Amino acid sequence: MSRIADRFARRRKDGAKAFVAFVTAGDPSLERTVTAARELEDAGVDVLELGVPFSDPLADGPVIQRASDRALRQGTTLARVLEAVRTIRQASDLPLLLFSYFNPIARYGLERLARDARDAGVDGVLVTDLPPEEAADWLRAARPRGLDTVFLASPTSPPDRLRRVAEASRGFVYALSRTGVTGEQERLSDDARPLVERLRGLTDEPIALGFGISTPEQAADAAAVADGVVVGSALVRFLETDPQGDLGERARWLRSAM
Amino acid sequence: MTKAAQGRFGPYGGTFVPETLMEPLRELAEAYEAARRDKAFQAELRRLLRDYVGRPTPLSRADRLSEELGCRVLLKREDLCHTGAHKINNALGQALLVKRMGKKRVVAETGAGQHGVASATVCALLGLECVVYMGREDMERQSPNVHRMRLLGAEVRAVDSGSRTLKDAINEAMRDWVTNVRTTHYLLGSVLGAHPYPSMVRDFHGVIGQEARAQVREQTGGLPDVLVACVGGGSNAIGLFGAFLDDPCALVGVEAGGRSSEPGQHAARFLPGASGAGVGVLHGTRTYLLQDDAGNVLPTHSISAGLDYPAVGPEHAQLHDSGRVRYESVRDHEALEAFHLLAATEGILPALESSHALAWVSRAREALRGRTVLVNLSGRGDKDLAVVGGPA
Repeated sequence: MSRIADRFARRRKDGAKAFVAFVTAGDPSLERTVTAARELEDAGVDVLELGVPFSDPLADGPVIQRASDRALRQGTTLARVLEAVRTIRQASDLPLLLFSYFNPIARYGLERLARDARDAGVDGVLVTDLPPEEAADWLRAARPRGLDTVFLASPTSPPDRLRRVAEASRGFVYALSRTGVTGEQERLSDDARPLVERLRGLTDEPIALGFGISTPEQAADAAAVADGVVVGSALVRFLETDPQGDLGERARWLRSAM
Repeated sequence: MTKAAQGRFGPYGGTFVPETLMEPLRELAEAYEAARRDKAFQAELRRLLRDYVGRPTPLSRADRLSEELGCRVLLKREDLCHTGAHKINNALGQALLVKRMGKKRVVAETGAGQHGVASATVCALLGLECVVYMGREDMERQSPNVHRMRLLGAEVRAVDSGSRTLKDAINEAMRDWVTNVRTTHYLLGSVLGAHPYPSMVRDFHGVIGQEARAQVREQTGGLPDVLVACVGGGSNAIGLFGAFLDDPCALVGVEAGGRSSEPGQHAARFLPGASGAGVGVLHGTRTYLLQDDAGNVLPTHSISAGLDYPAVGPEHAQLHDSGRVRYESVRDHEALEAFHLLAATEGILPALESSHALAWVSRAREALRGRTVLVNLSGRGDKDLAVVGGPA
């Protein structure tokens, strides 16, 4: 069982929900990303998503776009993110998921990435703009290495697509709480619950809700429905405002009502 | 025509988008297929192309230019379409499709502003809400078109991210689309993006080549030796070339060579040896893409906003690899010289985009001596007056 699957299983056994945190790797520096991982692990975060910065992040809202720009200006590349993962992994068993657009990983090479990511200690990869239809090569590279492949399920996905997403997903299925790009919202979308309920009938994989969850109340609402909750922009914005601030404290606050 | 099964053009094309867009794209492909086979839809499109756009556009003999260059130049006058460029062929087709699908809101991107103006125009004509995303840099260099779009009732939203040009306008349009996809259609303006856009946009522009082929046969009794069109995303070129792919005609696509072949200084995706060239995925499709070693998209430069884009339509990528179309690039200053040459010899101000096609003919004049060359004059140059400046 992968680190990610194991963590969700343990949470489920405890009758609890998993808290998944996202930060953009290299924002404001990869050194800070390494310390952020430690703070988040100490705060009880279950899975850390590391965003690989990309020049054209069209699934992201302004907060993560700015973080991506800052990381790129620091010279952050996929290769350097893997070095940071290696450093994190030396001292931690925190499940790690790379969150990337397709072009950086295609440029790196799918086989090469699957090998290097596994060696560095990555547990899974989510590729935002790679639907299952286009993922055959990636699955062929990732599966034999034991890398989890997480795919997105959307409120706009009809049953046949949800089935396809669920079948391609390992580790968990990432359910989008709403249509749109990443970014903080006022409240949990009405789309969230029906999507998770539709997925339940199709898969035994854990289901995590993400996109737009940015307050303890929303995290609690999402946790009431799904097996895990992903918080991204709220943490990234915290780092933007206070790069050296106590990210663990912020994560504890965000999960406090779950 | 090249095969486009499941949106593939050989190894290029595809559907590389976030999951939220997958079902809307499938619905769009289905609606388009149904419309394509629907005689009533096609008749309505033909009627509007004739009575509103002003088709067929003329094929003009450019006698004084021909004398100057030593080859027989014919100009396909897409600049005479309503709104001043070929872009309205596709905008009209997609807007009719939007009505058919029952959506009320349209988002579009624009570089030079020609596609934005065409979108604003057809939305006014058909009673659709229209939001156009445009890079702030492009808004400055193409300000007359910004004014036109606003007069036509469109909302023009400035894009300040990235390089503030066409690429970033597409990013923002896609972000809007993925958010409002249940009510909104993305009226993409070139043969780019995920399936079905490259095929659908090509088909809507196919009328350019169909008309030109009949006109050139009528006027000259034969086919041209060479056809030339500029290539940004590549819609006017695909529209022209489509009808001639099986003919013994040379096809030449002209990219923006910008200031130099240094990274960031041009938009020539096919330029041999250009640093950063290669195959990648941007805006939903796999194609030739100017990128760095880490897979980040490189900035581009062209004097012409409509050619200032780091990727190219996936069908062009296939036509490049097969050798059926030859891709060349010309520099900013050559395009400017061609602009002035056409103005002085033919009394036509060409768009700076189209000036690239003319510039290649001018450069290749020795090799083209005595040949018949058909150039797609994809748009008119009124929008470019601020960039062009005074008489040369």
